[in-house]
Amino acid sequence: MKPKFGVVVFPGSNCDHDAYYALKKILGLDVTFLWHKDTNLQDCDVIVLPGGFSYGDYLRTGAIARFSPIMNSVINFSQKGGHIIGICNGFQILLEAQLLPGVLLKNKSLQFVCKDVYLSVENNETFFTKGLVKSKPLKIPIAHGEGNYFADSDTLKSLVKNNQIVFKYTSSDGKSDDESNPNGSMMNIAGIVNKGGNILGMMPHPERACNPVLGKNDGSLVLGAIVKNFMN
Amino acid sequence: MFKAKVLVKRRPSILDPQGMAVEKGAKHLGFNNIKETRIGKYVEFIVDTEIRSSAEKEVTEYCDKLLINPNLEDYEYTLEEIL
Repeated sequence: MKPKFGVVVFPGSNCDHDAYYALKKILGLDVTFLWHKDTNLQDCDVIVLPGGFSYGDYLRTGAIARFSPIMNSVINFSQKGGHIIGICNGFQILLEAQLLPGVLLKNKSLQFVCKDVYLSVENNETFFTKGLVKSKPLKIPIAHGEGNYFADSDTLKSLVKNNQIVFKYTSSDGKSDDESNPNGSMMNIAGIVNKGGNILGMMPHPERACNPVLGKNDGSLVLGAIVKNFMN
Repeated sequence: MFKAKVLVKRRPSILDPQGMAVEKGAKHLGFNNIKETRIGKYVEFIVDTEIRSSAEKEVTEYCDKLLINPNLEDYEYTLEEIL
């Protein structure tokens, strides 16, 4: 059976409809919006925390969204092994909720960066990435001002040791270096999973690269892999 | 009632790109002695209780749970009784 997706809508989310459209219209899945004040996850199999500026990004990005009523349900869901993907602001919310380790600082350039980047798949053994090809970088856009991943050295070591780094920023030919790093992230980190492997946070927007008519389709490989892996 | 004044500071080990950028501005203005600019936050609020110890408890909980991210920031506060 195909998974049912739930896209959480916080005040200030602005990629919720992009995620809904990509999952529903492009991938043909059952998708529902989940209002931040609700607590019922409506039997969804995969929860998406979308991009945007939840609660205006006041205080810190994701800091207030993390205490929305729906987040208690999302945290309980994750503790039972439920699958969650946080994209951009969703990633920031997962870090604030301490479902993933580390923090996202302001981009090193201090500028909001909106452009296509290339990502290497560092670990294709996770629920989210099994089936993706390691040798072929994915072209997926980013759009953020605070995506500069930072963690203390013990956390970084543990991420490496447990194979939790899933995506890194690279050049189009797969080279991960300072030049291909759009925001100053440590080790060019673009996406990580938790130790349990059921929670993914990533800054790039796969939902914005799902329609070949718009010139990009690599995002549908990521979302499509999740569907396939759920069904297996 | 108490007035709480909380100073949120980025931990010394955390890079502060904003502080660095501001310092570049300082250099352009000729402030050559200015070093190690770090940007923090100031938050003030009222705690509506007559008991100092419970006000302190509430302030620290509020800071630990919401106002700061312990991965990123430290804080200090003062608590002043008001009439």
